Amino acid sequence: MDDISVFIRKIESEIEELTPGTLKPETHYRELPEWSSMHALILIALSETEYDVSLSGEDLRKCETLRDVHTLISTRT
Amino acid sequence: MASTIKAISYYLPEKIYSNEDFFQDFPNTKSSSLLKVGVEKRHLAKKNELASDMAFAAAEKLFSEHQIDRNTIDFLIVSILEHDFYGPPSGCFLHGKLGLKKNCGAIDFDLGCSAYVYGLGLADGVMKSMGAKTVLLLTVSALSKKIHENDRSSRFVFGDAASATLLRYSEKEHIGPFVFGTDGEGYEKIIVRDGAARFPLTDNSSEEIKDEFGNISANENLIMDGMGIFLFSIRTVPPMVEELLTKASLTQNDIDLFIFHQPNSFLNETLRKKMGIPETKFVHCMKDFGNTVQNTIPIAIYESQKNGRLQPGMKVVLAGFGSGLSWAATIVQF
Repeated sequence: MDDISVFIRKIESEIEELTPGTLKPETHYRELPEWSSMHALILIALSETEYDVSLSGEDLRKCETLRDVHTLISTRT
Repeated sequence: MASTIKAISYYLPEKIYSNEDFFQDFPNTKSSSLLKVGVEKRHLAKKNELASDMAFAAAEKLFSEHQIDRNTIDFLIVSILEHDFYGPPSGCFLHGKLGLKKNCGAIDFDLGCSAYVYGLGLADGVMKSMGAKTVLLLTVSALSKKIHENDRSSRFVFGDAASATLLRYSEKEHIGPFVFGTDGEGYEKIIVRDGAARFPLTDNSSEEIKDEFGNISANENLIMDGMGIFLFSIRTVPPMVEELLTKASLTQNDIDLFIFHQPNSFLNETLRKKMGIPETKFVHCMKDFGNTVQNTIPIAIYESQKNGRLQPGMKVVLAGFGSGLSWAATIVQF
């Protein structure tokens, strides 16, 4: 599993409307004004293709911050 | 006995809904990530253009585009969800409208995104069991009529279309094997709940329901759990294709082209990467059509033949998956 800064860089590179550096480990990503269902799919797809870890909508709803998402994926790799 | 795909045509309604139109209707929508869906425009059926009208138009186009004599058709199979009548079946109604011969069987079936592959299987079946030599398979979707005007995600993704495929008896096996699957417990993942027998339309049917991302729908409209469907597809499609290849005693390297249902290019790209399929062997075909439900695969075959990516002799994996939940895959040797 990548460390959290690499993980965040990968998310930012997938979400073009985010200026690089916007996301931090403590970012409450679901509260971002840009956040949409497409971004949830991007996170799920990233987890599948980069780490071979399946995340559900319920998993994402339980994660408040990006650190929570990173921790969850780490525990499943 | 076995079947082969001889010809395909498709029909699109005249009315176009472009991304420019979409972003005018939803000015606060951020565009860049949404564009990963891969759609630039969709064709939408007018209210008074019925699904059977579109299926009829696709069949007539097939007859004229490929100089097909309708009197050679021994069996008509129609995949349709919007029926003209509670009864008679749309397949019989279309048989009459198309002026097909009397000794021609006609049936219809209700399936969504997996319907084309099921239709190929049924066509192969009626050739083997009933001795039909020529089968006309029609698919049609006018789902946009069921989409709530404020359902941003679905309005961006879906388009309407109809397709017509002519299958002929062949000595050599050209289609198959098949893999079919269903998870009926997931029936609510893509649903128009109200308006049929279980939940007739009431005053509450149009009551707005908002999802966590601000998409608005109602029980009389299409309600889709986009994330649930995304996950379902990721979990279902790779093992389905693996099972198909094993059944055919083939490996991925033996396949020349993969044509999947086109629900969302981002989802299909995720599947492609997960399955390790090279880009050169994978077809994306949504840009001008959107997700046209059971029509995406025949449209993608037609377009791939037209642009030269699909050549005679190629082995092609077709995979459909979606509402039901339902899925199916087969291999076609063109």
